[in-house]
Amino acid sequence: MYDFAYHKPTSIADAVKILSADPDARPISGGQTLLPALKHRLNKPSALVDLSAIAELRGIKRDGNKITIGAMTRHADVASNPEVKAAIPALARMAESIGDPQVRNRGTMGGSVSNNDPAADYPAAVLALNATLVTDKRRIAADDFFQGMFTTALEPGELLVAIEIPVPEKTGYAKMRNPASRYVMTGVFVARTGGNVRVAVNGAGPCVFRQTEMEKALTANWSPDAVANIKQSPEGLNGDIHGSAEYRAHLVTVMAKRAVADAG
Amino acid sequence: MNVVTPFEGIGASVKRKEDLRFLSGRGQYTDDIARPGQAYAYILRSPHAHARIRGIDAAAAKAMPGVVAIFTGADMTGVGSLPCGWQIHNKDGSPMAEPPHPVIAVDKVRHVGDPVAVVVAESKAQAKDAAEAINVDYEVLPAVATMEAALAPGAPQIHEGAPGNLCYDWHIGDKAVNDAAFANAYKVVKFETTNNRLVPNAMEPRAAIGDFDPATGEYTLYTTSQNPHVIRLLMGAFVLQIPEAKLRVVAPDVGGGFGSKIFHYAEEAIVTWAAGKLHRPVKWTAERTESFMSDAHGRDHVTTAELALDKDGKFLGLRVHTLANMGAYLSTFAPSVPTYLYATLLAGVYTTPTIYAEVKAVFTNTVPVDAYRGAGRPEATYLLERLVDVAAAEMGMDRVEIRRRNFIPADAFPYQTPVALQYDSGNYHATLDQALEVADWKGFEARRAEARARGKLRGIGISTYLEACGIAPSAVVGSLGARAGLYEVGTIRVHPTGSVTVLTGAHSHGQGHETTFAQLVADRLGVPVAQVDVVHGDTAKVPFGMGTYGSRSLAVGGSAMFKAMDKIIAKGKKIAAHLMEASVEDIEFDRGNFRVAGTDRSKSLAEIALAAYVPHNYPIEELEPGLEETAFYDPKNFTYPGGCHIAEVEIDPETGKVEMVNFTAVDDVGRVINPMIVEGQVHGGIAQGIGQALLEQAVYDENGQLLSASMMDYTMPRADDLPSVGVATHATLCTHNPLGVKGCGEVGAIGSPPAVINAVVDALRDYGVRHIEMPATPAKIWSIINAGRPKMAAE
Amino acid sequence: MPQVTLTVNGKSHTVEVEGRTLLVELLREKLRLTGTHVGCDTSQCGACVVHVNGDSVKSCTMLAVQADGAEVTTIEGLAAPDGTLHPMQEAFREYHALQCGFCTPGMVMSAIDLVKKNPQGLSEKEIREGLEGNLCRCTGYHNIVKAIAAAQEVMHGRRSELASAAE
Repeated sequence: MYDFAYHKPTSIADAVKILSADPDARPISGGQTLLPALKHRLNKPSALVDLSAIAELRGIKRDGNKITIGAMTRHADVASNPEVKAAIPALARMAESIGDPQVRNRGTMGGSVSNNDPAADYPAAVLALNATLVTDKRRIAADDFFQGMFTTALEPGELLVAIEIPVPEKTGYAKMRNPASRYVMTGVFVARTGGNVRVAVNGAGPCVFRQTEMEKALTANWSPDAVANIKQSPEGLNGDIHGSAEYRAHLVTVMAKRAVADAG
Repeated sequence: MNVVTPFEGIGASVKRKEDLRFLSGRGQYTDDIARPGQAYAYILRSPHAHARIRGIDAAAAKAMPGVVAIFTGADMTGVGSLPCGWQIHNKDGSPMAEPPHPVIAVDKVRHVGDPVAVVVAESKAQAKDAAEAINVDYEVLPAVATMEAALAPGAPQIHEGAPGNLCYDWHIGDKAVNDAAFANAYKVVKFETTNNRLVPNAMEPRAAIGDFDPATGEYTLYTTSQNPHVIRLLMGAFVLQIPEAKLRVVAPDVGGGFGSKIFHYAEEAIVTWAAGKLHRPVKWTAERTESFMSDAHGRDHVTTAELALDKDGKFLGLRVHTLANMGAYLSTFAPSVPTYLYATLLAGVYTTPTIYAEVKAVFTNTVPVDAYRGAGRPEATYLLERLVDVAAAEMGMDRVEIRRRNFIPADAFPYQTPVALQYDSGNYHATLDQALEVADWKGFEARRAEARARGKLRGIGISTYLEACGIAPSAVVGSLGARAGLYEVGTIRVHPTGSVTVLTGAHSHGQGHETTFAQLVADRLGVPVAQVDVVHGDTAKVPFGMGTYGSRSLAVGGSAMFKAMDKIIAKGKKIAAHLMEASVEDIEFDRGNFRVAGTDRSKSLAEIALAAYVPHNYPIEELEPGLEETAFYDPKNFTYPGGCHIAEVEIDPETGKVEMVNFTAVDDVGRVINPMIVEGQVHGGIAQGIGQALLEQAVYDENGQLLSASMMDYTMPRADDLPSVGVATHATLCTHNPLGVKGCGEVGAIGSPPAVINAVVDALRDYGVRHIEMPATPAKIWSIINAGRPKMAAE
Repeated sequence: MPQVTLTVNGKSHTVEVEGRTLLVELLREKLRLTGTHVGCDTSQCGACVVHVNGDSVKSCTMLAVQADGAEVTTIEGLAAPDGTLHPMQEAFREYHALQCGFCTPGMVMSAIDLVKKNPQGLSEKEIREGLEGNLCRCTGYHNIVKAIAAAQEVMHGRRSELASAAE
C-alpha cells in the first residue's frame, strides 16, 4: 500500500470539503473492497477520508412507504434490521449473503453501491427496487446511477448519503457465486413495486442491467414459469476461467426463475 | 506395576500436547520471530514468463528512504545453483537435463515470479516502495506455457542445456512382454486425461529469516520448512558453501506444508547470504500472491493409458504414456515425482501382470512443479481408478465386480508387482466390503431415485487405491537416483528423574508428532505423555534428520525412536541387574519397570535413570553413565497403505454445481497410534482430494501469465464446499517396521479424487458422459449437460 | 504520523502508525501479539480475524487508524487470566479441530462471533456457511464444525460442560 494522509471528518460538509479540495483523495467507508485494492497498489490516493465518524450517514428508517438506508449502514445491519426484513425481505437476505460475516461487519451499502463492482450484490437490488440515490448535492434515480463497470453518476467529490427505497410488494434474489472469490457470477433481483416489475442482473455483465423481456413477462404473469423460457443473449456478457458468457447467459434465466420463486 | 492411567499408549486418542500454544496464540511461526535489528527483504519478481534481462537500474531505488541494500543476480558471485536432489536417467542411460537454477535470475527470467532483485530495507513497506523504483530492461521472449507448446518443433528454448525443452525421457517395465499382452487382449480400453495443476496453499505463507553472528561466523536460518537438516545440507553444501558446523537451520512452528515446504527455495539462500553481507538479520515473508508464483506447484500430467482385458474383465496389461510438467526449473525432488513415485504405483491393488510406462518430463515457462500431498501417487491412482471405471462401462461390467476380480488376494502377500515394488501386506476385499457397507452402496439406487424426484442428478463413485510411503531403503533409492539417504533419526533422552526428551529428525507442521511420538514413549517406557517432550525442527538440537513428507514420520521416524528405546531398555537392564544383583538375562522390562523375572523385585525407569546420572552404585567399568540413546533407522521397504473411498454427489442440472453429499473412507494405514489424529489426517487429505476433483486449478494463459494467481481466482475448498466425512480404518500391519505402521498423511488426497469424479460421471450417465476432467466445475458440467441430451429424455 | 489509541485485550495502547498501517500490522509488529496471522492478501483466508467492538473483522482489511478508540480482542485475550480456556478454545482441543494451528486463531475468533450472534443455535449447514470467511487447509473443516457445534451448547448455557468427543 502506498502511504496517504488520513482524515476522519464528523460531518458530510467537512468530508465533501476535503474531497472537493483534493481530486486524488478518496472516501473510505467499510474499506472491504478499497483496502484489498490498495494493498495490491492498484491505486494511489493522496488521502483517505474516513466516513465512519459521520453519524448522519448511518441507520435505517421507515417513513410511510419508503425505507431510507444511510450510506454507511453495514451489511450486517441491513441483514438484521426488522424494518428491512419485513418490508424488503430479499434485500435483507441479500445483505446476509454478501461476502462473509467479517466483510458484513465492516462493509457498507453505500460503499458497495458507489463502487459499482459488476460482481457486487447491492446494485442489483437498488436497480430492481427503483431506489433513489441521495447524495450531498442531488437525488439520482437508480436507472441513471449505474453507468458502467466501476462507474456511477457520482461526480468527483460527490458523496452518496442514503439510499431511498419505495417499499415493494414482492422481492426475490438468487445468485450463483464465483466458486473462488464468492463474488456474484450471475445474480438476479426481481421486485414488484406498485404493480411495476423490475428485473436486475448482476455479475453477468460489465455493469448491472435490467432484463426488460423478463420484466414484461413477469408483469403479465408473476411466476417462475414466466421467465423459464426467456433466454438472455450472451453478447457483451463477461467470460473468465470460471464461466463463459454463454454460461452466465444461461444462469440469468435460472437465477431469474429462482428469484421469482424466492419472492413467492 | 506402573501402568499409565488414563491409558495414553498406542491406540489412545490422546488430546494434542501442541494445541494449547496454538489455541492461545502462542505458536511461534517464522514470521512471528523478530530478530533484534532485523531488516526486511522484498523480492522483485519477473512479470514476464520468458525474457532476457538486458539491464537493471537500481540507482534511484537505492536512494529511497530506508533502503539498506539492493542485490541482483550479478551481485551474488560465488553463490551456487539451487540443487536438484534426484537424478533420473533417460531410456538410453544418459542422465536427465539438469540446467542451472540461479538463486536470482542472471541473464534470463523463465517464469512469472522468477526473482530478479532483492531489496533490503528498514521496513517491509519501504522495501516494496523501493522495488517499484527498480528499472529492469527486459527483452520479452516467446514463452511456452504448456507441455504441448514446449515439445513442438521449433518451440522457444527455455534452457541451453535442455534441447527441445525435454528434461528426461524415462521408462519402466518390459515393453516386449507388454506388447504381447496387448496383442492377445479381448479388449483394449483407451483413456486420456490431464491431472490438473494445483497450488499447495498451506495457510502459512513461506517465510525466512537469515541471521549472522560476526563474532563466531555462524549463520542461522529460520525457515518454513518440513526438513531443516535437508535445507542445511543443500543450502550449506551446494549454494552458499557454509559448513554444517557454522549453519543452523530452524524450522519452528510451521503452518502446513503438504509438500510445498520440503524444497530448498531461493529466498532461504537470499536472506542467509544477505545477512552475511549486511551483518544484520534479514527477514522475508511471502505475500499470498508471491506464494502462487513461487511455491512449487503440484501434479500437471497429461497421460494416455491403455488397459488390455480378457473377456472376463481380468486385466492383462497396462500401457501408459505421460507428459509431466517440471515448470521452468527443477525443484528439489521434482524428477522423482512422475517416475518412482508415480509409475511404480500403476499396479495399484490389481494383479495386472505387465505394465509399461513412458514418462517425458518437460520444461515450460511456469512455476516449478514438485511434490504436493501424495506426489505421483494421486496421479497414478486417479489414472488407474478412472480407467477401471471406464473399462467397466465398456465391458458392461459392474464397477465393484471388475475391481474384485482383479484384486491382489489377501493371501498373496508379499506381492511383487511388475513395476518394481513388493507390497508387504494388505486386504483390499476387506476395506472394500467395509466401505460398501458404511456407504450403503446397496441402497444407492433408491437415493438416486429420490434425488431425481427433487430434480437433482445423484451419483456414486468408488476408488480402491494403494499408495507407497515411507520411501526407502536408502541403498535402493540411491540406485534410483536419489542424492540423499532416506532414513530417520531418533534420540531418546531419559532425564535423571525419569522424564523424557525425544529428539526427532521428523518435522511436525500439523501432524501432531508432539503427541503421537510421546504416546510411543508412554506405551513403551511407561512415562506419562505429559512428561515426554518432543523436540524437532532445529539442526542445533536434533542430531540429524530427513524431515517429514511422504507419510514417513511414524513409519520411519517412529521406528527410529523405537530402536533408540531398544537401546535404552538394553542399557537399563544392565543397570537394573547391577542394582538388584541379578543377571542381565533375568531382567524383564514392561512399561517403565525393570523386574527380576519371577520375583517382586523391580526398579522403575526413574530409579534406573537416577542411578545412570548419579553413578554412585553403578557398573562403571562396563557402562558409561547417562541414559540417552540415538538410533538411525533405514527401512527395509516402503509401506503400503491402501483402502477404499466412496463419494456420493448431487448435481444441480440447471447450474452444473456439484454438491458432495456423502464421503466414506476406509483406510488401511497399519497400526493406529492415535485414532483421533489419524482421522484428522484423513479428513484433511480428503478435503484436498475433493478440492482437486471439484475446485482447484492453476490456469496459465498462452503467454505464461498465471490467471489463477490469488485466492480470488484459485478455488480453495471452504467449509460449505465439503461434506462431513465418514472415516474408518481396517488395519493390516506393516511387516517390516517394528511399529507395524504404514502412514496416513496422504491416503485422503490419493484415494478421493477418482472416487469423486467416478461419482460425477455416474451422476451424468444419462448424458452419455464417458469422462470429465478435473476440476469438475459448474461451468464445465453445465456445458456437458447443455451439449448432450439425456438418453432418458429420448425414451 | 497518526496516533492511535485503542484497547487490546483490556489494555490501553497509544501507538504511532502510518496512515497505511493495517490493524494486523499494529497488533503483530507494534504490540507483538503474533497470534493473529496473515495468510492471504485478498481478504479471504480469515487467519487475521479479531474482534473489534464485539464484531469479528479481518484485521488485514482494516486500517489501524480506523481502530482508533476501539476495543479489540485477539486470540491472546480469550482465555481467563488463570489460563482457563474459552469454551471455543476448549472445544477445538477436544474435537481435534486444529492441525498446523495457523488458521486456528482466526477460526476461533470467527466461530465465537458466529455462535454469539446465533443464540437460537446453529445447524451443521449453518456453521459451514458461517465459516465462509475462514480457510483451513489441514482439517477439511470436519472437526472444526463439530467443535463449534459442541461449543455453542456451552456458550449458550444449554450444557454446563463441553460434550466429550468420545460421546
